[in-house]
Amino acid sequence: MVWLWTDVLVVLLLLAALLMVFYMRSQAHLKRPLAKLVASPIAMGSFALLMSFALIGLMDSLHFKAADSQRNELVSLLDLACTNMRTHTETSYSAPFAAYAFNKQMLTGSDGSTYWGFARLQHAATHLQVPEQQLLEDVLWQSVQALLQSFAVVGVLIGLAKYSNPRRFWFPDSIRTVWLVFTLIGSGLYWMWVLSHDYHVLGTDKVGEDVLYQALKSIRTGLVIGCLTTLVMLPFALMLGILAGFFKGWIDDLIQFVYTTLNSIPSVLLIAASILMVQVYMANHGEDFNNLLVRADMRLLFLCLILGVTSWTGLCRLLRAETLKLREMEYVMAAQALGVRPGMILFRHILPNVMHIVLISVVLDFSSLVLAEAALSYINIGVDPTTHSWGNMINSARLEMAREPVVWWPLMASFVFMFTLVLAANLFADQVRDAFDPRRSA
Amino acid sequence: MLQYLLRRFLYAIPLLIAVNILTFVLFFVVNSPDDMARMQLGQKRVTEQAISNWKHQHGYDLPLLINHEQQGVRQLTETIFYQKSVNLFWFDFGISDSGRNIGSDISQRMWPSLALALPSLLLGLLVNISLALMIVFYRATRTELTANVVLVVLMSVSSLFYIIAGQFLIARVLRWVPISGYDLGWSGLKFLVLPVMISVISGIGAGVRWYRSLFLEEVERDYVRTARAKGLNETAILFKHVLRNASIPILTGVVVILPLLFMGSLIMESFFSIPGLGSYTIDAINRQDFAIVRSMVFLGSVLYIFGLILTDISYTLVDPRVRLN
Repeated sequence: MVWLWTDVLVVLLLLAALLMVFYMRSQAHLKRPLAKLVASPIAMGSFALLMSFALIGLMDSLHFKAADSQRNELVSLLDLACTNMRTHTETSYSAPFAAYAFNKQMLTGSDGSTYWGFARLQHAATHLQVPEQQLLEDVLWQSVQALLQSFAVVGVLIGLAKYSNPRRFWFPDSIRTVWLVFTLIGSGLYWMWVLSHDYHVLGTDKVGEDVLYQALKSIRTGLVIGCLTTLVMLPFALMLGILAGFFKGWIDDLIQFVYTTLNSIPSVLLIAASILMVQVYMANHGEDFNNLLVRADMRLLFLCLILGVTSWTGLCRLLRAETLKLREMEYVMAAQALGVRPGMILFRHILPNVMHIVLISVVLDFSSLVLAEAALSYINIGVDPTTHSWGNMINSARLEMAREPVVWWPLMASFVFMFTLVLAANLFADQVRDAFDPRRSA
Repeated sequence: MLQYLLRRFLYAIPLLIAVNILTFVLFFVVNSPDDMARMQLGQKRVTEQAISNWKHQHGYDLPLLINHEQQGVRQLTETIFYQKSVNLFWFDFGISDSGRNIGSDISQRMWPSLALALPSLLLGLLVNISLALMIVFYRATRTELTANVVLVVLMSVSSLFYIIAGQFLIARVLRWVPISGYDLGWSGLKFLVLPVMISVISGIGAGVRWYRSLFLEEVERDYVRTARAKGLNETAILFKHVLRNASIPILTGVVVILPLLFMGSLIMESFFSIPGLGSYTIDAINRQDFAIVRSMVFLGSVLYIFGLILTDISYTLVDPRVRLN
């Protein structure tokens, strides 16, 4: 096993999330909003979708040295599962489920003559003699097989659930939605995985890399940026916001001054400047970043740090305002009158009562961070160009829209994956806000 | 009033100083000018001579904070900090790393940015507010539910896809407008239609939801119930009462970004090749032109702080409940 920096942080984040869940379950005042969340089909459905993404991202976060390669190459669990897609590279573009290359090239016929035509792909539909006639039939047959297999597995699972607990088998709506989402995602992925042995399910890109593989690898980048940034900014925002609101006076002035200063620099420009500086640093300290993956990983981490620095001010301001309100509450005054130390008041009485704001804003920020990654990568101040990310996919596919016929599949793939993740995150965020915001549940 | 304004302006000064110091630290302390020179010159093994030439050419061959070789005040002025950072205060941006005068570039390029950003903002406001009012009018019906679903979907699409799809559909397939470019005067209009339209559409999702939440907050207030009890119809309530009262947060939200409109939008301008400040910044980032990026960071902060002051002023002008203190 080899642990990259972001891998470690991803695992830490997972632990933190688990702890948070256990903490929330033990708190009486959170029972009602949690129950509301569990009862909502939209919330549970989008949560299941997010969890499937998270699982893929987690699989991609466990790296080890490749056994078969002499080079200093790192592969992840996801890479192992997708060995077919990873190794089946063509020379250039090919459409989804194509047997022939997308571009014409000079070919040599069986009689030695050369002609201008479409070459057969090296790794797609190689088992077919006459792809023109057999391809559709083969794809359909394999799809039916794959889908039947996955549905059989789901059927067995549902049967088991029914057998073990027959009276409660008729699930509430929300649990049924979760089953539905997992079935759809699971069978969809299994279908793609089975077909990826013989075809390029989503085609190949300019250098012949499988687009489905790129899209799957991009999931981790999106999740890391969405989650780690939060992890970076949370301590700042929480501590400074509460301190400013609770102590007022010069502490408040100072903290307000700091966040107004940071806020006043347009965030894109601050990110651009910082990334430029990181590039200069890396260029001059090349020996520390000899491995391509390590280098890309460091840049991803820096990006999360910088995004965190630019994005904590909003939450900080919200927390300050809420703390200002809370410190005038009777129970805080009572604690003060009883001589409880300020630190204890902050920890016991203020912190638990601002947690819903933290939760809501963390979930709300996630989707905008995933979207921001794509935009930043487009301006070349996002993740490393060698990192798989939706932004990089869009960036490299953008110019191909001017071609005739259009190369649409890299864009479409990144669009579908990104849209699904962001939509799920947005739906979940709305539900979380409805459940936890006291103003909305009146 | 005058005293209040004066105090707001005075508060801006330490903010600007802090921004200035921050940019100085970011650009000159994290990496020395030697590092930048090596990066710019490109090769792995650069001679010391080449580095010092580059530094001399771009005025980086001075000490950072104190110049011991000079006498008197010049000990402080003949330094990188004074030459490159303090001069930003009087908008003397100096020469870019590629040898152009940044100040004149900026004054030339901010107008195309404004020509794109101002119509986008105004049209966006109009569309978002009217849509939000419509949704609030149909609240607690099936229409609202559908509208909310559509808004979440619109919000979940990356702005890059709006641009790419718009360019592809309108400019390439239908050929209604040119794909990209810019022209001075009225002939530039045909280049601006598509980017303005796209920035309005891509802003609908988040924008309408924001205005809707503002309106919903007002709709539940007591004065609205009173108005309804008096027998006013729903349209009159929405326009005369809700919109008027919600216009205070709307106004302050708009005023704060007004000065920043000069900076333009990085992504829109580069997709549509509009020669504004946004594409200027992107070019600078891609060429790794530190002087331009530094100037833009400072300029952006100045404009934002100016926007904050404007917001305070507009607050006191519009809302009689706000007292000046």
